[in-house]
Amino acid sequence: MSVFKDAGHLFRFAGLFVLAFLIFLVVRHFVVPKTFGQYGHYRAAAIGEIAAHPVRFAGHDTCEACHSDEADKKSKGKHAHVNCEACHGAQAKHANADDPSTVKPVLPDTTILCARCHTASAAKPKDFPQVVPADHSNGMPCDTCHQPHSPAMDAATPDATAKAPDKTAKQARGAK
Amino acid sequence: MNINRRQMLILLPAAAVAWKSVLAGTPEVSPNYHMTDHWWGMLIDIPKCIGCGNCVRACQTENDVPDGFFRTWVERYHVDDWEMKNPQDILVNPMTDPTVISPDGGKEGFPVATDTSGKYFFVPKMCNHCADSPCTQVCPVGATFVAPDGVVLVDQKYCLGCAYCVQACPYGCRYIHPEKHVADKCTLCYHRITKGLTTACCEACPTGARQLVDLKNPKDPIHEFMKTHSLQVLKPQMATGAKAFYNGLDGSVR
Amino acid sequence: MVSIMNGVEGFMYPNEIGLQWSVLIVLYPYITGLVAGAFILASLVRIFRVEAIEPTYRLALLTALAFLLVAPLPLQLHLGHPERSPEMYFTPHSTSAMAMFGYIYLWYLMAVLVLEIWLDYRREIVLLSQSSHGLLRMVYKVMTLGSTNISPRSLAIDNRVGWIVTLIGIPSAFLLHGYVGFIFGSIKANPWWSSPLMPIVFIFSAMVSGIAAVMLLYMATTKLRHQKIDVHCVDSIAMYLFYIFIIDFSLEMIDLVHRIYEADESFRSLNFLVHTQLYIPHIVIQICIGTLTPLVLLFITQVVKLPEIARKRMYAVSGSLALIGIFAMRWNVVIGGQLFSKSFLGYTTYKMALVTKEGLLVAVFLTLLPLFFLWILVKLLPPWPANSAHAHAPGD
Repeated sequence: MSVFKDAGHLFRFAGLFVLAFLIFLVVRHFVVPKTFGQYGHYRAAAIGEIAAHPVRFAGHDTCEACHSDEADKKSKGKHAHVNCEACHGAQAKHANADDPSTVKPVLPDTTILCARCHTASAAKPKDFPQVVPADHSNGMPCDTCHQPHSPAMDAATPDATAKAPDKTAKQARGAK
Repeated sequence: MNINRRQMLILLPAAAVAWKSVLAGTPEVSPNYHMTDHWWGMLIDIPKCIGCGNCVRACQTENDVPDGFFRTWVERYHVDDWEMKNPQDILVNPMTDPTVISPDGGKEGFPVATDTSGKYFFVPKMCNHCADSPCTQVCPVGATFVAPDGVVLVDQKYCLGCAYCVQACPYGCRYIHPEKHVADKCTLCYHRITKGLTTACCEACPTGARQLVDLKNPKDPIHEFMKTHSLQVLKPQMATGAKAFYNGLDGSVR
Repeated sequence: MVSIMNGVEGFMYPNEIGLQWSVLIVLYPYITGLVAGAFILASLVRIFRVEAIEPTYRLALLTALAFLLVAPLPLQLHLGHPERSPEMYFTPHSTSAMAMFGYIYLWYLMAVLVLEIWLDYRREIVLLSQSSHGLLRMVYKVMTLGSTNISPRSLAIDNRVGWIVTLIGIPSAFLLHGYVGFIFGSIKANPWWSSPLMPIVFIFSAMVSGIAAVMLLYMATTKLRHQKIDVHCVDSIAMYLFYIFIIDFSLEMIDLVHRIYEADESFRSLNFLVHTQLYIPHIVIQICIGTLTPLVLLFITQVVKLPEIARKRMYAVSGSLALIGIFAMRWNVVIGGQLFSKSFLGYTTYKMALVTKEGLLVAVFLTLLPLFFLWILVKLLPPWPANSAHAHAPGD
């Protein structure tokens, strides 16, 4: 046992380690979040926090709950699978308001909006309807002739009439 | 639209009820959402994508994505035909074969393409919510994880901002948020899908090129779709268990 | 035909354009490399009984400690939330190489380096705690941990335990720096990094830089103290430097040749990078100036009998070039690995800031800080014998 007399300093050094380790364990107990490890190596409460992020797009089901006539018209036309907010933008504020008419959505400018999808480009799929805007409408807003909710202009969709069909259509076509 | 007051009185409560069920709350709070009932992924149909950039804009709006960083983006590929006079000559410049652009992530769409040689197509990209996620593997503290329903998420209160996960992602879908200084990426609109909504990018896509899929749902269209179409994932050699499935993905896509 | 906008050539995934890991992340492996290398030199004396190197034993340990104290700083400055770094101690993720950092660092600092230095210096510490005054006396008294036993028996026990600590210290040093290599080498997403050779290459280049650093510090401090450099000592160090450098160079060449031969999908892109943006840092600085030149100089000193003055000059030049070369190697790995797109279709540039948290000035400061710490340590625990009586008994 006499060897320990000359090795006392080593035990002091080791003692520091043990003390530090015990302090670490105590601190760890208080610091590690309670839900950590519940489902895996992460803080389970984070899942709920992420799920609580505010919703900005209401979703077409919500739009159609009130705007059933637009939805009906759209479902019969070429834009049947284009959701409302794809053109009208995020409208959760409008849908969620106690009185939605107080949060009036701004109607998109068709000159800009429609061009995004329908401007002709060699890059787009060949079967996708696309035009060169300058040739097609000479700068006139698209909804002059096309009703966005049912945009095709043929006899099969009689409701697809624009604001002032005959005169302006000729104007648009023959403008060049 | 013209709704009279009577109609409004009937419609408003109906809408409110619809909205309340939509706002059913967090997974723990909502009795309707059970994580283990779902295994989320996404189906991206390349031939349908027209490069309009709606998805990129919608994602930014829904998730407050900072400018210059992208939770989702669209790439435009231009694959040239073979140089038929000397196809055996190996191309030296790696930057033009194929030629890929993604101006501001495709947020404002793409410039009009006029070169009619070769072929073009658009490739929307996002977090692949890998089942064998390499980003999750390298996180030193457990700030990023695969949730029980298959969505890879970031605990932004726990993340150190070391950017190791950003280095480990083979798809380049992660970034460090410039203001929060933590890792950020697509959450598959977790706050929406747990309430029965679809993701913002799928909601905004005008052609149905992006579709949310739930692999655990027997009624999900993906099950029929995969029987009749060839599905690919990005970088299959990485064996990440990626769950963003592409229909019609060209071999030149990186 | 390929436009260059905001430093980007070709196509990069939009989130890849800005680099994530800056010059500070280049500095971190460089510093831990110096620590590991210096320690290995000390272990050559203690474990492998290379008596010729004995004059540098204590200096090597103090050098290792000085650099180790600075090592966490570049990491803390890089983190988005440094205040959360204790999470690595509380909830380390077992699949993450980076999570090992906290524990390896602490182990190496306390259970290896501090313990070994303490055991080796304990006699002087006790004596100094009795002979000095004021604040310094307090410092020494604390360092004695309250024990004033410096009987021959206790010192013999110190010697024995110190030997074991050094023995454990060798794999610990490899772990301290090797895990950094693994941090890079295990990333399958990045073909410039992904390689099983990476930890090995890191360790051997660490040894080169550490040995070169201690050699230069020994020569510099000896000159500053107007003492005579023990030529036999530096001859021996240079020999070890030479052989370890050859191994390091061979490993890097194996990686290069393998890469060129297999020419997988990343090769075209990486090859282009090395011939353009990385040409100066990689080919010119790392390989030609930083590796081949010192190897040739050292080779000459090993095969040709040169006068002392010439040898010392060549050692100094080789050592300095080696230090530059190993820094360039870290740069080319860390920065180089982020300059090309994971699509293999484009490149970006590293815009190193000057005065920001991760800028050049901070990098320079962090490189010089360890020298300041070393100065303090040398004052506190002089590594050179006042007389030649402290000849450390090698082996046990």
